[in-house]
Amino acid sequence: MPNYTLKVNGEQVTVTVDADTPLLWILRDELNMVGTKFGCGIAQCGSCTVHVDNAAVRSCSLPVSSISGESITTIEGLSENGTHPVQEAWKEIDVPQCGYCQAGQIMTASAFLKENSNPTKDEIREAMHGNICRCASYNRIEKAVELAAKNS
Amino acid sequence: MKSQNKSLSFSRRNFLKTSVLAGGGMLIGFNFLSACKPEAIVPVDISKLNFNDFNAFIKISEEGYVTIFSPNPEIGQGVKTSMPMIIAEELDVSWDKVSVSQGLYDPVNYQRQVAGGSQSIRFGWDALRQTGATTKQMLVNAAAAKWGVDASTCSASQGIITNANGEILGYGEVAKEAAILEIPENVILKKSKDYNIIGQDIKNVDIQKIITGKPLFGLDYTSEGMAYASVLRPPAFGKKLVSFDDSITKSINGVLEVVKFGNKIAVLGSNTWAAMKGKKALIVEWKHDVKLENTEDHDTALFKILEGNKFDTRREDGNIKMAFAQADKIIERTYESPFLPHNCMEPMNFYANVTQTKVHLVGPIQTPAWTVGKIAKLLDRDPKEIHLEMTRMGGGFGRRLYGDFVEEAAEISSLVKKPIKVVFSREDDMAAGTYRPAIKYRIKASLKDGEITGYHLKEAAINGNMYGLIPNFFPAGCIPNYKVSTANHQSNITTGAWRAPYTNFLAFAEQSFFSELADELGVDHPSLLIKLLQKVKGTKDEQIQYSAERMEKTIKLAVEKSNWTKVTEGTYQGFSAYYSHNTHVAEVADVEMVEGVLVVKKVTVAVDCGIVVNPLGAKNQIEGGVIDGIGHAMYGDFSFKSGTPKAINFDNYRLIRMQETPEVSTHFVESDLSPTGLGEPGLPPAGGAVANAIHAAKGERLLKQPFINQLEMPKSEILG
Repeated sequence: MPNYTLKVNGEQVTVTVDADTPLLWILRDELNMVGTKFGCGIAQCGSCTVHVDNAAVRSCSLPVSSISGESITTIEGLSENGTHPVQEAWKEIDVPQCGYCQAGQIMTASAFLKENSNPTKDEIREAMHGNICRCASYNRIEKAVELAAKNS
Repeated sequence: MKSQNKSLSFSRRNFLKTSVLAGGGMLIGFNFLSACKPEAIVPVDISKLNFNDFNAFIKISEEGYVTIFSPNPEIGQGVKTSMPMIIAEELDVSWDKVSVSQGLYDPVNYQRQVAGGSQSIRFGWDALRQTGATTKQMLVNAAAAKWGVDASTCSASQGIITNANGEILGYGEVAKEAAILEIPENVILKKSKDYNIIGQDIKNVDIQKIITGKPLFGLDYTSEGMAYASVLRPPAFGKKLVSFDDSITKSINGVLEVVKFGNKIAVLGSNTWAAMKGKKALIVEWKHDVKLENTEDHDTALFKILEGNKFDTRREDGNIKMAFAQADKIIERTYESPFLPHNCMEPMNFYANVTQTKVHLVGPIQTPAWTVGKIAKLLDRDPKEIHLEMTRMGGGFGRRLYGDFVEEAAEISSLVKKPIKVVFSREDDMAAGTYRPAIKYRIKASLKDGEITGYHLKEAAINGNMYGLIPNFFPAGCIPNYKVSTANHQSNITTGAWRAPYTNFLAFAEQSFFSELADELGVDHPSLLIKLLQKVKGTKDEQIQYSAERMEKTIKLAVEKSNWTKVTEGTYQGFSAYYSHNTHVAEVADVEMVEGVLVVKKVTVAVDCGIVVNPLGAKNQIEGGVIDGIGHAMYGDFSFKSGTPKAINFDNYRLIRMQETPEVSTHFVESDLSPTGLGEPGLPPAGGAVANAIHAAKGERLLKQPFINQLEMPKSEILG
């Protein structure tokens, strides 16, 4: 099996895996960073969202062989102690119910706000549309993204 | 009418015990559902907490900090926050001195409660308050003894005990002494007007861990030497395994082993990806000697039931035949619902390590005691050797009541003799069964002289029928001639509980029907319900489950808060009210036509759940329940061809997403009655409210779910 060197949350790591291994399973099974969640495996639910050079990417459908030196950020590396404005807003609004999809929601929201720091309600709803929350905490996700935009 | 506030009887002496902690402070062990064993002893060492004798513990440190230990699972309904709030209220400490801890347990045979049926708060209410109040009294008694004064001259508040001379002692300063005192009887509980914590917005106790991605869920659990198992199950209900070829599978990097068990094949990998890839590479021959079922077959069978006369009578009042014979007009409608998968965001998974001496199981399950029993039987082991550890659950919705995935994990570990974790893919999760059963309701009503004189509800369902008391829900007692009849068709497609079982669709059928009856009678929907409710007030019928008074108040609050009939032009409203899981809920949906497409803009909800323990968490439950109810009513399209579901992942199975989501505005009926649950009751009325609003907008009655197949709905572009 080939070796791949990845830059995850600012650190260089080397893994020995098959070329088709999705980043999701490298994070979870090889690097023991389980904050990034498995939901559907086909890039439809957003639970596995991470940042690859600041863009929100579905790690379940990103084979390791397609990554070449980009900087990968996961929920564990988004901030020290959960102090990113999006995480702070999530706490303030008390968004989660079961909590499983929330890392993906936060990673999608934080990448979006980097692109658009002053979004309208409709833009927020469009940006977050790709992430499923089965508990349907959507009202609060919307409010938390609004609050994060205001505070960042 | 049945009392909603029946206290569970227990003796304080038997449900609470205390000890002095080795490191200082006081430890209180208690049971909030049943008495402790007479010989149960509270440990002096925190690491020895035994949740078999007590199902929760409170530690009061010498510094006055309070830690509540509970092994109770959290599936997203917020009880891990709200139950400790109730203790802290009566203990009278400030919430910032309280922390909640999960995960300390005695590793031998402990049992926990079931999370299901929205009952945790309702059953825990009295015992949790008694525990807090009794502990507070012991601390006061200890302080009084220290001062040499009578305890009745002392008071306690916010963790501080004060005597008549104005001297003070903190809880922590007397915790050690309090721990060895006799447990007092007849403690006084606070009046609801004096609550400081109950009724306040308290945030989820696990939020910091959730938003920083800490390992909390079953899927996050690992142990040294653990293998990942991906299981190939029969591709259709009714199929059986004949033979398989695993030569390609075994050539895949990371595949460790392939084992057959029953009609299933487990591929074990050193990582999840290898196990999943290995499973896909299996070449398998299947056979079937039973019919592989189609949705059309289910429809035919259920309609045949409705046309026939083989029903069980579940409740019968008056003379329904005579009511129909004498009617001015008869209205009859049939409502149809499909099977539904649960689709918890965290796919089913479980860890098992079966060794000669013990069976270690870890993961998300709502029914630990039942599951331990099943595993003991499956592996022919003494239940005492089975240690089941619960993790946080990435959603439950009823699916995690069933331990099929635990049995798989135990069986595989037993075969390969190593620790393994079964991980379902989304496709596995949606194809593995235990669905909400497809159901059809036929409701027939007779009208005479402007009154509803007869009401006959027939239920034709797959595999089973509405449980126990549902036939006594509204409108039982309100209509003189009333009958509920049920029958079922047995299918080999497995079914089970799904958030608000039966009522999740029955409420839609009933409240769509009442909307139509209201139109027919020329009155508005809420007014018709209120008029009917008057007939059940003061009833002596103990079978009647709901409270007419509480339902009336709830309906009126929804009417007021939604500006019912007073909204601006272009907004169309639909009403729905339903009692389930001991909670009364009324909802008004506002829909608008935007560029010719229907959009659900807002849902106004009124709820009577008694005292609202944590409004912040309570509103989250209602918001989620309402949107979940709308999502499944609109989009939940799950049908079968040759025993196989047509959709098994989110590319062709639609769950509601952000842009389809209305604003939910929640209002609670003010109440000082005991609290009832909220995990389920918000869901049942939602589909009916939306269907009735769609009728107001388009003049079209929706009788079948999902609505998406009957209406032009906003297109859901899935953004990648």
